[in-house]
Amino acid sequence: MLLDAPRPDALGSTRDDASAAEAPRAATTRPPASGCGIAVTVRDLRKAFDGHTVIEGLDLHIPAGQFTTVVGRSGCGKSTLLRLILGLETPTGGRIQLEEPAGASRRNAPPKRIMFQDPRLLPWARVVDNVAVGLTGLGSRKERRERALAALAEVGLADKAGQWPATLSGGQRQRVALARALVSGPGLLALDEPLGALDALTRIGMQGLIERIWQQQGFTALLVTHDVSEAVALADRILVVDAGRIALDVRVDVPRPRRRGDPDLAALEGRILEHLLGESPAA
Amino acid sequence: MASTLLNDLGRRATPWLLPALALAGWQAAVSAGLVSNRFMPAPLDVARAGIAAASTGELWTNLGVSALRAIAGFAIGGGIGFALGLANGLSRLSERLTDTSVQMVRNVPHLSLIPLVILWFGIGEEAKLFLVALGVFFPIYANTLHGIRSVDPGLVEMGRVYGMSRAELFRRVVLPGALPSIFVGLRYGLGIMWLTLIVAETISASSGLGYMAMQAREFMLVDVVVLAILIYALLGKLADALTRQLERATLAWNPAYRTA
Repeated sequence: MLLDAPRPDALGSTRDDASAAEAPRAATTRPPASGCGIAVTVRDLRKAFDGHTVIEGLDLHIPAGQFTTVVGRSGCGKSTLLRLILGLETPTGGRIQLEEPAGASRRNAPPKRIMFQDPRLLPWARVVDNVAVGLTGLGSRKERRERALAALAEVGLADKAGQWPATLSGGQRQRVALARALVSGPGLLALDEPLGALDALTRIGMQGLIERIWQQQGFTALLVTHDVSEAVALADRILVVDAGRIALDVRVDVPRPRRRGDPDLAALEGRILEHLLGESPAA
Repeated sequence: MASTLLNDLGRRATPWLLPALALAGWQAAVSAGLVSNRFMPAPLDVARAGIAAASTGELWTNLGVSALRAIAGFAIGGGIGFALGLANGLSRLSERLTDTSVQMVRNVPHLSLIPLVILWFGIGEEAKLFLVALGVFFPIYANTLHGIRSVDPGLVEMGRVYGMSRAELFRRVVLPGALPSIFVGLRYGLGIMWLTLIVAETISASSGLGYMAMQAREFMLVDVVVLAILIYALLGKLADALTRQLERATLAWNPAYRTA
């Protein structure tokens, strides 16, 4: 169950997924079909802020389409890892390689998207225009609007299209942010503790929504969270990061849909928590 | 139905209740002889003076001259302040180059320059334009700069991640984010615009509302003096109402500016 190195079949799966991605990506009201995931390979990654090391020689391979969750105590470098992979920070050393699905040219390559902990909606743009931000530079105005409306319907907010973000609840705003991240049919979706600020019930609803859309679209998902039960519920694979390295790499082989309170999941959750707590008894 | 109409009417009338009461009390005090007509003419006398001045065309000429000065001075000073505020908000180099100087000049009360300005420009139009522009410049500059600085960096990062170009980032994120603060500057600027213009016209002018008031003082025409003051009050209110309208139109997204 423990994996230190990338799985050998990773490259193969990229190709398989890519052939499925030939499905029309044309201007329709539907987002692109599934199987457009980006594979991520990280080699000897290092990052320091003002001489203070955050990531220290990290190696990682994420095959296309995998749902990977990164957990760790706060300050362990998990968010930095995510931001490095997304290109929001420049690494101090090492290499990050993103593998586009085969057949995707430079121009129509599926984008990388990130969902932040706060929704970061433009307060001065209507909900539908906020979603259309996800299509910046793609297609005509009318097309963008149509796709934005379809994405809003996907997250169950079609009736809020003309509202200002200020009138929405926290959970609704985060769903708008999700629609914005997904509207362009991303190949990689990074989620930086996106549900941390939501109440427990809303969070469970959002987890289900993210899982369903991920299954439909087949992008590579990389979720950073401090909530181990969330990680266990959603992930194909859980990475425990400690002191800038991957301390534990666990596959979650429980079939979907997963039932809350499943004994296998509970056992796994217990194991990961033990690992997290065991690393530093003082914490 | 009738009651909601009445309610609506009542709500609209409320802000004018206090000024109307003040006018009525004033009229009553003068009519009853409590206040000498020599020092404080009754509202009706002021109205009569207003009609007289309007019928000779003198009022309109002076009003037009003053309004033109105000608008031109505001456009010049506000335009430069806005442009420099944008430049310094967006470029560190520009800020390092100019902000210290601007802050130094800002601390000189611009009305203290009147003697100098009269020496330079005489009592011509340039003097008034210069003073108004200078006065309006600072609040607009400072608030534009502050508005741009206080745009949520998270939103800017979001815009970058979503592939916005610099121009798009400015148009869709930075400028709308700075707008509430820019409006604060606009309001301050409008206030300073009237203040500066009145002072400048009172001290050195050969036309305009301030000049009209000073001429009236020479001839002890107290009603005309009061008329000029009232017109200033109305003009100030008008400028404020226009700004409010503009705010409502552009800041409808902000719950703080939404119409009740």
